[in-house]
Amino acid sequence: MSAITVYIEAIGLCGPGLDGWRASETVLRDQSQYILASTKIPAPESLPAAERRRVGVGVKLALACSADALDSGTYLASELLSVFSSSGGDGDNCHVICEALASNDRSISPTRFTNSVHNAPSGYWGIAFQARQASTSLCAFDGSFSAGFLEACTQAVTAVEPVILIAYDTPYPEPLRSVRPILHSMGVAFLISPRHTPQSIAKVQVSLGQAKADEIQNVDLEALRQNIPAARCLPLLMAIANKTEYAELTLDLFTNQQLLLKVEA
Amino acid sequence: MQPLYLSQYTLATCLGLGRRANWNAVIQQKNGLVPCEFETVKLPTYIGKVSGVEDTELPARLSHHHCRNNQLALLALKQDHFIESVLDAIHLYGKHRVGVFLGTSTSGILSTEIAYRFRNSETGALPEDFRYAQTHNTYSVSGFVRDYFELEGPAIAVSSACSSSAKVFGNAARMMACGLIDAAIVGGVDSLCLTTLYGFNSLELLSPEVCQPYGKKRNGISISEAAGFALLTHKKPNHPKAIAITGIGESSDAHHMSSPHPTGDGALAAMKQSLAMAGRSTDQVDYINLHGTATRSNDAAEGLAVAALFGKSVLCSSTKGHTGHALGAAGIIEAALSALAIENGTMPGGINTKEVDETIPINYLLDNLVSSPKVIMSNSFGFGGSNCSLLLECP
Repeated sequence: MSAITVYIEAIGLCGPGLDGWRASETVLRDQSQYILASTKIPAPESLPAAERRRVGVGVKLALACSADALDSGTYLASELLSVFSSSGGDGDNCHVICEALASNDRSISPTRFTNSVHNAPSGYWGIAFQARQASTSLCAFDGSFSAGFLEACTQAVTAVEPVILIAYDTPYPEPLRSVRPILHSMGVAFLISPRHTPQSIAKVQVSLGQAKADEIQNVDLEALRQNIPAARCLPLLMAIANKTEYAELTLDLFTNQQLLLKVEA
Repeated sequence: MQPLYLSQYTLATCLGLGRRANWNAVIQQKNGLVPCEFETVKLPTYIGKVSGVEDTELPARLSHHHCRNNQLALLALKQDHFIESVLDAIHLYGKHRVGVFLGTSTSGILSTEIAYRFRNSETGALPEDFRYAQTHNTYSVSGFVRDYFELEGPAIAVSSACSSSAKVFGNAARMMACGLIDAAIVGGVDSLCLTTLYGFNSLELLSPEVCQPYGKKRNGISISEAAGFALLTHKKPNHPKAIAITGIGESSDAHHMSSPHPTGDGALAAMKQSLAMAGRSTDQVDYINLHGTATRSNDAAEGLAVAALFGKSVLCSSTKGHTGHALGAAGIIEAALSALAIENGTMPGGINTKEVDETIPINYLLDNLVSSPKVIMSNSFGFGGSNCSLLLECP
């Protein structure tokens, strides 16, 4: 079975009760401290004013978790390859467009249409940081985190350059919420390097295979893991937060294929 | 990069079903565009509609995937022995060693657009038979194709607007280079829906006539639907004119969400990267299948980038005059037409355009040119400033 080896350089986090990676590390080490709370999404200061007014939750999440991952200044967004992974894009925007198209007056706003593309966060992120490198925007429904992580790893290894993965999900409002009940917004960023560096916080060997996905003991965190596709990474975040010497993890991808990780501190 | 061979490929567009029908129409300089009559849409524009989509029935075991986008996907899969070729690859490599990488911009959102008209008047709920995951969700078409072939390998939908199904070649190439898979089904499917028709209308980018790429009087795009697939392997297929992807250039504009960088800097970077990856120089490229959407800004920006890199030395045209702009499926359709141009030894002239915009200093081809192009570049650029340039050749 082929495996690829990468190094995690930094993590960014913006999720329910998970305000930034540094603050969340403690909670992820001692799950009993976790308190479910609404996701606090900072204003997208990095965007020019004209763009800032136009963006939705997905873009704000992507910018927030990437800023968190890049705050040490070791890596510059403008130089990074990027992968954006989301199970559904901007739920609010989609709802407003569908409502308008179901009405007698079908005019939709040009900004809403522009923001409806799945790669809107990639586009705004590029504008915010003047990032002109290759950027992939993808979706694999509930497997979107693992699919994005795998894509980012293959990108890092083949280009021999660092890659930022930004995985994010936003809830739909009703009536789509009933058929796709994602309850909270969450964004997570991983800075992935093909080489070990002084900043490396974990070594990860990645392969594909069949196994049962790891679950989390804490009921609230496990509920998040199951509810938000981006939160499928929680077992990996916990292993890194705990500085676990060696862990073998299985992250959800598809019903007949999962992402197998060997994580070393 | 190691050449990625098109072991098999196919397409379904408004020009017809399969390689032969499409190439014949291109060579006969026909377009497949008609005045817009789709669903309940009332817009003064032309569209490209694929014949036979509505009559395509999904197998019973996959009926939950029923939506226009997946019907279109299946219709294309059924052309040119594509299904048989994939089954052969699965037999050779195994179910878990074949990946699926498909581009789409709107997936099956038409199902949601229609469902919103039938919400429960009291609760606001969507109709009970509405299935979000297998229709609307961006991943739907990749999930459908993966399930159709009962695959157990990696699969994603790439959704970066109009570059989507060019970029999938990059995803497949990386996954294959890492040894995670041996073969990849790449391609793209985008079907007509209200979001794109009314959306491009809101941006005033729909042409009231058939689109005129690079024309002096070009005034917008003609939206179409299409599906295309290629089966990629590192193993060279057993025929003399086997076509391979040898370069994939990807870049971002970092300029504007819906307008290209005015001098095409992002396009230029993508084209340079695809040449570098293939180890080719500009004078080795015989023809460029341009993105050429026929908007004022796209063609001007792309043309400047092509002129900056190639001067007037290379012949180029856009086949969107024939096919319309199939958005997330445009990349694979134009890669397929580029492969057909190499196989058939003809560079297709761009149609609908009566007078080429002389302010764009490139060598735009209006008539077909019989020659033997060996190296062809195919450009695809999308909203969000996402650029991809492919290099195809007969190694």
